[in-house]
Amino acid sequence: MSRNFGFRTKRMPEPELIFDQSNPGRIGCNVPVADTPEVDLTAVLGETREELHLPEIGELEMLRHFTNLSHINYGIETGFYPLGSCTMKYNPKINEKTAGLLGFAHLHPMQPVATIPGALDILIGVQEMLIAITGFDEITLQPLAGAHGEMTCLMLIKAYHESRGEGKQRHCVLVPDSAHGTNPASAARCGYDVKPIPTTAEGNTDLEALAAVLDDSVAALMLTNPSTLGLFEPNIEKICEMVHAAGGQVFCDGANMNAMVGTTRPGDHGFDCMHLNLHKTFSTPHGGGGPGCGAIGLKSHLEPFLPAPVIRRSGDKVIADYDRSSTIGRVSGFYGQFLMEVRAYTYLRAYGKEKIADISRHAVLNANYVRARLKDVLPPAHDRPCMHECILTAEKYKKENGIRALDISKRLIDYGFHPPTNYFPLIVPECLMIEPTETETKETLDEFCDAMIEICREAIETPDLLHNAPSTQIVGRLDETAAVKNLDVRWWPSP
Amino acid sequence: MPYIPHTDTDRREMLATIGAHSIDELFREIPENLRVAPGSLDLPPALDEHRLMAHLREISKKNVNLADVTCFLGAGIYDRYIPATVGAVISRGEFLTAYTPYQPEASQGYLQAIYEFQTMVAELYGMDLANASMYDGATSMAEAAIMSTHIKRLEKVAVSAAVHPHYRQVLETYCWSMGIDIVVLPAETGATNDYSAADGVSSVIVQYPNFFGTIEDLAEARRAADEKGALLIVVADPVACALLKPPGAFGADIVVGEGQPMGVAMGLGGPMVGLFCCKKEFIRQIPGRIVGRTKEAHGDKPGYVMTLRTREQDIRREKATSNICTNEALMALAATVYMIALGKNGMQQVATSSVRNTQYAIQKLTAAGAKLHFSGKVFDEFVLELPKDPVEVRDALLKHGILAGLPLGDYYGELKNCLLVAVTELRTKAEIDKFACALGEVLA
Repeated sequence: MSRNFGFRTKRMPEPELIFDQSNPGRIGCNVPVADTPEVDLTAVLGETREELHLPEIGELEMLRHFTNLSHINYGIETGFYPLGSCTMKYNPKINEKTAGLLGFAHLHPMQPVATIPGALDILIGVQEMLIAITGFDEITLQPLAGAHGEMTCLMLIKAYHESRGEGKQRHCVLVPDSAHGTNPASAARCGYDVKPIPTTAEGNTDLEALAAVLDDSVAALMLTNPSTLGLFEPNIEKICEMVHAAGGQVFCDGANMNAMVGTTRPGDHGFDCMHLNLHKTFSTPHGGGGPGCGAIGLKSHLEPFLPAPVIRRSGDKVIADYDRSSTIGRVSGFYGQFLMEVRAYTYLRAYGKEKIADISRHAVLNANYVRARLKDVLPPAHDRPCMHECILTAEKYKKENGIRALDISKRLIDYGFHPPTNYFPLIVPECLMIEPTETETKETLDEFCDAMIEICREAIETPDLLHNAPSTQIVGRLDETAAVKNLDVRWWPSP
Repeated sequence: MPYIPHTDTDRREMLATIGAHSIDELFREIPENLRVAPGSLDLPPALDEHRLMAHLREISKKNVNLADVTCFLGAGIYDRYIPATVGAVISRGEFLTAYTPYQPEASQGYLQAIYEFQTMVAELYGMDLANASMYDGATSMAEAAIMSTHIKRLEKVAVSAAVHPHYRQVLETYCWSMGIDIVVLPAETGATNDYSAADGVSSVIVQYPNFFGTIEDLAEARRAADEKGALLIVVADPVACALLKPPGAFGADIVVGEGQPMGVAMGLGGPMVGLFCCKKEFIRQIPGRIVGRTKEAHGDKPGYVMTLRTREQDIRREKATSNICTNEALMALAATVYMIALGKNGMQQVATSSVRNTQYAIQKLTAAGAKLHFSGKVFDEFVLELPKDPVEVRDALLKHGILAGLPLGDYYGELKNCLLVAVTELRTKAEIDKFACALGEVLA
């Protein structure tokens, strides 16, 4: 049983919508009031609005509302998140403190560049540290999330092919069947046709199938390394050579960078570009689904097309370079997720040259430990050492006990743990994808593995416990089909 | 070592369970020539927590931050009051360190907060519904334009020249990569004044109030879009919409915007929070996440889930409505706290104070030797024409502790004598007087 005993919610009052707590005339903030002369609003603005149905709540009641909501929400600080492909590691508190410094938080993105030399120091600092870690020639921090970074990489590739007069002809992007859904979606977003590439039984890219589709219509191959099967692609250099020989580019999906930090560099593998999720690998908080933070790395032949401004050194100064004739333009409003870059900078400097490799070494150690402890009840999909995450299959419980991976996951909630990723990658039946990260103790992993072993026993002996899970939360399993059928996406004031 | 709790005994025991002799052995599938030795990367040395804080504080001090100067710069990002409660709520670990609420039973807190967020954003914009937020205002507008091409099946959009230039740059990048054409509608008068070029377009995009601060005539924009058979997309300031007739009341099809003015730190422009609303009939084309209310599968208790998931990339892959995976949940939560803390009265107070300060500033600054460049109605921002180079004027005023606004020459060649000035509720009469006085000196 997990030790996060605070996450017990049965006795909580039912959460009421804030709108039902509204009482006209109340206010939850001591709002600043102008000391300039009053004006006739209609004369100044023209027509003004009639109604505005926002809640009217006192400050203390509002805080209680959110504190109570927080009690029915799980975060890393609540307990363990074995969520594969998501790298839910500890988000150090010092990062929040540095990002909150007025000299960072209180900067306007359109104030003169000459007044933000410290901000440029942070941006170039993160860029240079990520260059050292990834082995690429350039980094840009403008993309706002992982998928946004993927899309930006494909745009660079598109601009590159166009510059060589091959833009129209290369209309195809190859995506392995194990890839994240964002890969094909990002390719479609850049106007590309998507062709799937199969994976071999061993979990590697099928080289024959790849060779068969490589021709002059291929713009790029999007490859996740280590793959979403948690396996390092041993033929990575060969794959990159094959695609390059056909005139294509190779993009690395960097969702799994945590397996490689300080141990191996994707830039050395032959990739032309990659995206990084600073909110996964470099500890910026997930915040309940965002902000993401998506840096990208690239080789020098893609550099001319970088989104402007390019933050770079010029003599002993750091500049924001807008004078870029071949740029793809802007992919976001300003400089990217700046306050997240401050957090990533803080994190990288805490590890430094000496300790950075400890990240991947312990992430891989933890994943292999969980894999070893669970292999008798939940067999790994592949008989090879895993990298930072292990992919297990619950197929036998489905066949023999009518228990699906989802049931196991929901039962884990009753044991006080967040479920692992289910049903991804799509090519592994009844898949459970477990990524412990380096920041979890052996004790936590043991408690988690004990719970998993116990749940697998329950699956055989008392399967209804799993079908009906979770039973400890404020709500039981929710009806997602009804949510689509009877769409209710907002509260309405009574007429 | 920081944040990694393993002891030597842990490592030894774990390796024994795995059946490996060393951690290195676990990496044996990586070809040897591709491995680097631990500690060999070209990185600066590690810093302990105390030195780390001191180091970051030193760097932060090199910036001119807006607590030290008086800010009259807006252009889409506004210096507004952030209630103390916002930081208190969004720094709670249960929210800050949560993952996307794919497991609704363990995420009811966040899901309910986002449902409340969607309600209030839709209410401010006067629309049927909102999604759970987008990356930022600029990408939100680009997604809206692309959504309109999916609905109308015409690979062309029209955008007003009075829409934020950075937003238009992002739109251009997105449209280039998808093969969508853009026509720019003129706005020489400071407002969109000619829609005739918007032929065969999926949508017409205007901003409200626009980049110059002018309150666009949305009734006219709606008429023009109807005449062209196009959707009307409005980029709207949510704070202005607390007072102005909202875009939804003019029949806008999609309304997007930047939510930063509602409780989010300026932070050099990131992270921000994109707002996205549309009419009910378009809900299945909407990009990004949406939270819906439902009930238990085997009970009657209400609860919240992410819904209409089959639009999204992890299910639809290349056929998804967008490649977007994340939203800006934490910043959406900040905006939720803001909208509730201020409520109806507070948000209207903020908007009204901004209008008063702006009218006073126009009066004072024009008396100090500047001219109002456009004649349209404005909310909290306006274009000043100066008898001197606005870049020089801005730099000179910075020496007086005043960040005067944005010189427009880099964005609009014909406005090279102009400065865009914003006056929020935070500015005082004394600060505006000081600005006017210093401007008089600089122009003299």
